Amino acid sequence: MTTTPVRPPTAAGLAVELTDLTRVYGSVKALDGLTLHLAPGELVALLGPSGCGKTTALRILAGLDQPTSGRVEVGGKDLTRVPANKRDMGMVFQAYSLFPHLTVLENVAFGLKLRGKDAGARRKVAQEKLELVGLSEHGSRYASQLSGGQQQRVALARALAIEPSVLLLDEPLSALDAKVRVQLRDEIRRVQIEVGTTTLFVTHDQEEALAVADRVGVMNAGRLEQLAPPAELYSAPATKFVGEFVGLSNRLPATVQGGTASVLGRDVPALDGSTSGPGFALVRPEAVSVVADADGGATVTAVMFLGPLSRVTCLLADGTDVVAQLASSDALRLQPGQAVRLEVEPSPVLVVAG
Amino acid sequence: MRHGAGFRVVRAVLLGLFALYFFLPLISMANFSVQGKGPLEGEITFHYYAELVRNEDLRSAIVSSLLLAAFTVLLMVVLLVPTMIWVRLRTPGLSRTVEFLCLLPLTVPPLVIVVGITNVYTWVNYLLGDSPQVLVFAYVVLVLPYSYRSIDSALSAIDVTTLAEAARSLGAGWTTVITRIVMPNIVSGVLGAAFIAIALVLGEYVFASLLHYDTMPVALAAIYKSETSTAIAGAFASIVLISLLLLGLSFFNRSKAPDVGGQKA
Repeated sequence: MTTTPVRPPTAAGLAVELTDLTRVYGSVKALDGLTLHLAPGELVALLGPSGCGKTTALRILAGLDQPTSGRVEVGGKDLTRVPANKRDMGMVFQAYSLFPHLTVLENVAFGLKLRGKDAGARRKVAQEKLELVGLSEHGSRYASQLSGGQQQRVALARALAIEPSVLLLDEPLSALDAKVRVQLRDEIRRVQIEVGTTTLFVTHDQEEALAVADRVGVMNAGRLEQLAPPAELYSAPATKFVGEFVGLSNRLPATVQGGTASVLGRDVPALDGSTSGPGFALVRPEAVSVVADADGGATVTAVMFLGPLSRVTCLLADGTDVVAQLASSDALRLQPGQAVRLEVEPSPVLVVAG
Repeated sequence: MRHGAGFRVVRAVLLGLFALYFFLPLISMANFSVQGKGPLEGEITFHYYAELVRNEDLRSAIVSSLLLAAFTVLLMVVLLVPTMIWVRLRTPGLSRTVEFLCLLPLTVPPLVIVVGITNVYTWVNYLLGDSPQVLVFAYVVLVLPYSYRSIDSALSAIDVTTLAEAARSLGAGWTTVITRIVMPNIVSGVLGAAFIAIALVLGEYVFASLLHYDTMPVALAAIYKSETSTAIAGAFASIVLISLLLLGLSFFNRSKAPDVGGQKA
């Protein structure tokens, strides 16, 4: 498992250490020994299906929930039993959370008021943060007069106004439509790099996680399956769950011997964690190439045009479906029913037991 | 949506009938209360309204009822609002129990409650004196179901949990969360509860009469036997006052209710 941060620490950020966190609700173990380190200024995304424990981890870090066991440290200080309002963390929620009776400016200044800042200082900082998220003209409006995307921007400005030790983002984009989601996703990343606050971003959207994070942690059943930079997570999944959850994978029959996997008649390196002997190789569609060959042993069953790329589905003689992702210029030369030969790239693959 | 002429006629007739049903007794009361009797026979007079203030027993009963209404509202708000917010935020599992307890007084006839609490009130009188203001304890129970409903609707209209968590993450303690975040967003519900409580207390007769306290309805009932016009003037004045309160509430709700929806993204 990779744990090395890929960005250098920043002055504004503090290190976060979650150690062996467990959270049990009745008979359900929401977190099962989660250990996670965030370097100062780093943005880590926690990714996983519903109920995997990612939000529980974030809420425990925020102080909105208490761990059954384990330890939470920020900047070397033990915060495990410190209440949420004493933790100095900014949070953006999945649900719209602006205070309806306050204007945008008053919302952003709320945390500063609680910290005893005078009116002038509050106004100045709030205005700065609104400029940071591109809403400086909307200070006098109420939440009900803003779109969903604008409300989440204001929530981000409000969270940043208190200069938090850690920024927590709990699926802040999931209530927004696709276009706004992409815009705001990029904006969150820009702002996070600009302010340098250590950030934990929880999402179930893998594209979102891979796009914004320095490292992505994939969670399953309360445990961290893998924590790695996005490219590594995609190209070298550590477990069967990660290989199948992140991106699209073909399960191709393979045999592993001495660190080498034989897939579709070709020898490729087997990743650490691969099973030995017969199993299934998890091969990305873009690692499969399709060559017209009357004796190739495979048949094209469908060609799906996706713009610059296309997906070609083929059927092997043993009944296995294989999806290949090709440049559309190559894919459109293929016809359903055509005999082809499939080849895999010589990149490492994870081989899992059936 | 456009409606046909037939629909408009039916609507006008129905509205007219309802207006007649509601306003005819009020108009009759108003008319009766300004018609001079005895030496004032044949005159239109506000003598009986003046009498409401001049009659010392009635005046003190009105003051008692107004004070009772104010204390009932105060105690209800102090007890109920923080409890309901706390249950929503910290012990949502108890919400059914709290709802059941708050609605329970609706199912018990006031007469039964009075019989049940008579002995309790012997002790209350012994400890706190026999001022009508001690009725406040019984009246808080009486108004509980209506107040609960009004505050509960206001709380349901906002995402209390998320707002509270957002405020907590920004550094707010629980008192700040309740007073500066939740309360301002449920003002209309609390006002609704308050006005309903005032209306109930100003019209409550059974508790006060059977427990022997002189409140406005008890005094009006007593006067009705000897000075009918003054009693009708008092009843009409209290109806107008309560109507104005409720009318004010509906206007306040319309202009101040927080819109928590937001536009689409």
